[in-house]
Amino acid sequence: MARAAVKAKERTIHVALLACALISIVTTVGIVWVLLEESILFFAKVSPLDFFFGTKWAPLSTTPSFGVLPLVCGTFLVAGGALVVAIPVGLAAAVYLSEYAPPAVRRVLKPTLEVLAGIPTVVYGYFALTFVTPYVLRPLYPNTDIFNAASAAIVVGVMIIPTISSLCDDAFRAVPRSLREAAYAVSATRMEVSTRIVVPAAMSGVVAAVLLALARAIGETMAVALAAGMTPKLTLNPFVSVQTMTGYIVQASLGDTPAGTIGYQTIFAVGFTLFLITMTINVVAQRVLKRFREAYE
Amino acid sequence: MNGASAISMGPFVSRIQRRRRSGHVFELICTVLSFVGLAFLTVLIARVLWEGAAWVTLKFLTNFPSTLEPENAGIKSAFWGTMWLMAITTVIGVPIGVAAAVYLEEYAPRNLLTKFIHFNITNLAGVPSIVYGILGLAAFVRWLRFDRSVLSGGLILTLLVLPVIIIASREALLAVPKSIREAAYALGATRWQTVRAHVLPTALPGIMTGIILAVSRAIGEAAPLITIGALTYVAFVPTGPLDAFTAMPIQIYDWSDRPQQEFHHLAAAGIIVLLGILLPMNAVAVAVRASQQRKKSW
Repeated sequence: MARAAVKAKERTIHVALLACALISIVTTVGIVWVLLEESILFFAKVSPLDFFFGTKWAPLSTTPSFGVLPLVCGTFLVAGGALVVAIPVGLAAAVYLSEYAPPAVRRVLKPTLEVLAGIPTVVYGYFALTFVTPYVLRPLYPNTDIFNAASAAIVVGVMIIPTISSLCDDAFRAVPRSLREAAYAVSATRMEVSTRIVVPAAMSGVVAAVLLALARAIGETMAVALAAGMTPKLTLNPFVSVQTMTGYIVQASLGDTPAGTIGYQTIFAVGFTLFLITMTINVVAQRVLKRFREAYE
Repeated sequence: MNGASAISMGPFVSRIQRRRRSGHVFELICTVLSFVGLAFLTVLIARVLWEGAAWVTLKFLTNFPSTLEPENAGIKSAFWGTMWLMAITTVIGVPIGVAAAVYLEEYAPRNLLTKFIHFNITNLAGVPSIVYGILGLAAFVRWLRFDRSVLSGGLILTLLVLPVIIIASREALLAVPKSIREAAYALGATRWQTVRAHVLPTALPGIMTGIILAVSRAIGEAAPLITIGALTYVAFVPTGPLDAFTAMPIQIYDWSDRPQQEFHHLAAAGIIVLLGILLPMNAVAVAVRASQQRKKSW
């Protein structure tokens, strides 16, 4: 009798725990369902061809136009610029941490870099708008717009440094010691070991880190909404105001877009595009990372 | 030294010197670039303190925001909004997240469903926060009719940080040695008794680290809250979960976005208060993790 009660209790707990784990799947299904439901309504009014290949984004104008390319262009301008900042800095920091740094420096530097990832992104946006643009960019290039892609790219770049440095550091440290010792034995210098042995051996880890950082930069919202501007534009000039996909979603959410209107549905259509892009990059990154782990662990 | 060896050694010696020299330059570059992040952080914090320190007054903490008189504006409603969000996220997110991790590490059979849940959680961790906001807009605000309430906001942040809690808790559970479980089983403990009385207490510091980092991520988020239409101007403190709200990051966004200089000072003051809560939380998490790593040898 008592044993049966214990068994029943164990089974109940098992099921409750499983239910909690399943919430993650419910969340994913919810995201896809919500995005699809409103996007389908949107695409009933706007042809997907016009949306994905149109070059003018003016959804709330009296002569509306729904080409998403300017938003995608703004997004990749900012995210690409962020990688230009984050790849050299993050890689150099990872090489330093794994190959050069004394343990004491490493113990302090690694958590400090991670603080960069813990600062709210709205703080980066404030800093880009009130410091980077007026005191760094304008003295160098006076025609910089007050809102511009460059300032957003710089702060987003700093924000994703820890993603790159931390994952690359892990990847470098997973490279077997014997490979390094073999190179040192034929009198390679520390730099040669780092650049010709460690980095190539950990290449798939580096690629995965960069992809994850890119996905993060693409999905970043508050810093770009503050710093990059609200002007959808098909341009590669980083010194003018642009708009990213996330920036548009913020703008549309702050404005008056009642449910059921086309303005409301654009939030979901743009969100769906954003979701597809970041999801694809993340899945590819996980694949690459898995292959790397299989090679060394 | 005879002539022949000088000729054959000459280029060799100079090459080795060149290799050593470029090695030194490379080391210098890597070292300097490693500290770029730290330098940026220092400038950012110095700038925020410079602009905002004088504005962090008792009045700033106890007044409601004002769009007309920046000198009398305060962060009271945003501060309490953030406290509400933090409470909801912790109360709902922590039990679910830890339970999910316990299931995956201690209960789950190695089958396709488990594999899929793992894959799914990893991917959810990479979904942009604003997408969670869109989900919340449709699911909590419209479908469940919670409206633009602090409950809707808290639930969105809960979903957002669940992957963080689950992943951190799983790592903590994974680090608990098998022998602890086997000792409990040997005495006839059931699976749940083993988990509750032995595995969870051992993993607690690691789980706490994950929870602190997750909650600190939640209270720094603004994007998903703006998506559900959290208001930027709120002159009251929420008294129940279904009240409208604002939060500190939203208030900082609103102040930063205004062109007048006074509002930028307010934004900086708000950032000081927000970082004054977040940075100590981060420090505690890092310290707990560091002390764990030091005594990890069982």
